[in-house]
Amino acid sequence: MLIERKWKKWLYFYLPMAVFILFTLFPFYWMAVTALRPDHELYRTWRQASATPFWTLEPTLEHFRGLLQTTAFPKWLWNTMLIALVSTVISLICGMFAGYALARLKFRGSEFLGTAIFVTYLVPQTLLFIPLADIIRDLHLGNTPWALMLTYPTFLIPFCTWLLMGYFKTIPKELEECARIDGATRFGAMVRIIFPVAIPGILSAGIFAFTLSWNEFIYALIFMSSADLKTVPVGVVSELIRGDIFFWGQLMAGALLGSIPVALVYSFFVEYYVTGLTGSVKG
Amino acid sequence: MANVTIRNLNKKYDGGFHAVKDVNLEIRDKEFMVLVGPSGCGKTTTLRMVAGLEEITSGEILIGAEVVNDLPPMDRNIAMVFQNYALYPHKSVYQNMAFGLQMRKYPKHEIEKRVREAAEILGIESLLERKPRQLSGGQRQRVAVGRAIVRHPEVFLFDEPLSNLDAMLRVQMRVELKRLHERLETTAIYVTHDQVEAMTLGDRVVVMKDGWVQQVGEPLELYGKPLNRFVAGFIGSPAMNFVDVTVSDSSGVLWADADGLRLKVPPQLVERVRAHAGKRIAIGVRPEALHLASGSDLPEYSFDTAVDVVEPLGNEILVNFRAGGAPMVARVDPAVRLKARQNIRVALDPERVHFFDDKSGAAI
Ligand SMILES: Nc1ncnc2c1ncn2[C@@H]1O[C@H](COP(=O)(O)OP(=O)(O)O)[C@@H](O)[C@H]1O
Ligand SMILES: [Mg+2]
Repeated sequence: MLIERKWKKWLYFYLPMAVFILFTLFPFYWMAVTALRPDHELYRTWRQASATPFWTLEPTLEHFRGLLQTTAFPKWLWNTMLIALVSTVISLICGMFAGYALARLKFRGSEFLGTAIFVTYLVPQTLLFIPLADIIRDLHLGNTPWALMLTYPTFLIPFCTWLLMGYFKTIPKELEECARIDGATRFGAMVRIIFPVAIPGILSAGIFAFTLSWNEFIYALIFMSSADLKTVPVGVVSELIRGDIFFWGQLMAGALLGSIPVALVYSFFVEYYVTGLTGSVKG
Repeated sequence: MANVTIRNLNKKYDGGFHAVKDVNLEIRDKEFMVLVGPSGCGKTTTLRMVAGLEEITSGEILIGAEVVNDLPPMDRNIAMVFQNYALYPHKSVYQNMAFGLQMRKYPKHEIEKRVREAAEILGIESLLERKPRQLSGGQRQRVAVGRAIVRHPEVFLFDEPLSNLDAMLRVQMRVELKRLHERLETTAIYVTHDQVEAMTLGDRVVVMKDGWVQQVGEPLELYGKPLNRFVAGFIGSPAMNFVDVTVSDSSGVLWADADGLRLKVPPQLVERVRAHAGKRIAIGVRPEALHLASGSDLPEYSFDTAVDVVEPLGNEILVNFRAGGAPMVARVDPAVRLKARQNIRVALDPERVHFFDDKSGAAI
């Protein structure tokens, strides 16, 4: 390798990197600072002489206390977690089987089906919620967690199927052929060989699906009405914005607490997640 | 232990491509049969049909006395070694080898015994706990073979198992596979595009081209009596020299003429070549059937030419020159010193000359 000049590396690598990091992380920082700021700092003009817009001199946990005590936030957190987990598991299981079938089985219309599933994913939720609301009402599922656990898969399954289909295609087909010679049925080869080898891909699909359901807003807003049954994104917005009054401190405290589980999931699986996106390891 | 019979086997792929055409083979019990041919000639397809991984378009495959056309791979009692080894990346070497036995519900101690035994044969006892990605190419190769032999199948199928190894290792593994076959005495079908591998490993060799079987025979039979020009040119390295000649009959003696070359048709071939008098045919001579002419060589089997390139290989020298409008190679004694553009007189061994029909390529 050529020895490059230091300033070049700074100019073309570190500097853009720093700008990018600043750009992505600043909102989180802002969220954290706002959550910790006492009310009298929040609701005053910046033009004041002693204003410290980018940090706070009197950090307080007041908003967190308020959030946990005056709203149903713990309940929302629990609802979101449960709904995200159940719909992710449902979608992953369906996606694994469907993705495998599309990647490996040759049947009439398999390509058309693959495209069709992808197109389903592209239909915007803002259109889909109207017919879905009808179905939910007819099944008497409105205002129960099942309303979301069953509607989230409508966009998660196409997503998981598509992602996993791509992943399964990168696994050499000789692996399962060998397993079938070794005495496994097609199903056995899939479960014992292909799925374990595809764990990085399955985990990435799972993380994505979990995040998508965690952040979902429209369905959660429409299908859940009691305060107790809301999810974090809806609960925070609907209970902490009253009319034109924004409870900024509690809003940001809620957002911060709500993003912690997702951040944990990501950091826990980050290695798998990267290999999952870049294809299977060569055996 | 079993023989494998292939009758009128055909394979047409979905797109309509006819990859295997009317293949008939009888592979005897304990025989090592090699399928060889250029890339794309249908070797792998044939093997995969025997394994049950590819559907048979028409024809029959028998293992032992049983028609296996409709049996799934697991019920055919075969084992296959793939070109890319296809080791299960998430399983250890031990688990890789044990998998086939576990699927067949062998008792644990029996599995353990067989895996250890196979590992010992292949010299991989110390690797049993490793994962495939922690192995070198040669070691992976051994594990793949080990996984095949633990099951004691009736037939081994190999699809170019050595082609991912470097040259040195390939030669070494070739010998080991041969030794292994002699020890295990199991019917084996081995696919390769490398004719040296085919000749060294095979009890018999099948040469294929464009989906057709060209010739089946023992290695020396293919070498000495090729049925057509393709087999003659494919087997042997450097390849057989071919010159297009015209046959002329002058008062009972047949001559083969080409640009600046006039050779007498050897007596043992006169009868058969006579039918082609006045027509163009190809004459084929192996590099080792050519030598530098000395006083005892008959003039009707000798010709003059000039050295083009000399390739001194140590144990032999390959001399390239042109004769009758075609490039030729002769394999000569390493003691001879030759220089480029030097004039030489080359003689051929009349016992080892082949003639091939110009159109069909069939041996005359
Ligand atoms: N799944 C397939 N679909 C269509 N054509 C195929 C398929 N597999 C192989 N072929 C074609 O069949 C021919 C023989 O292939 P193969 O048996 O793999 O040849 P090789 O002798 O190199 O092993 C090739 O021309 C190849 O392009
Ligand atoms: Mg092949």
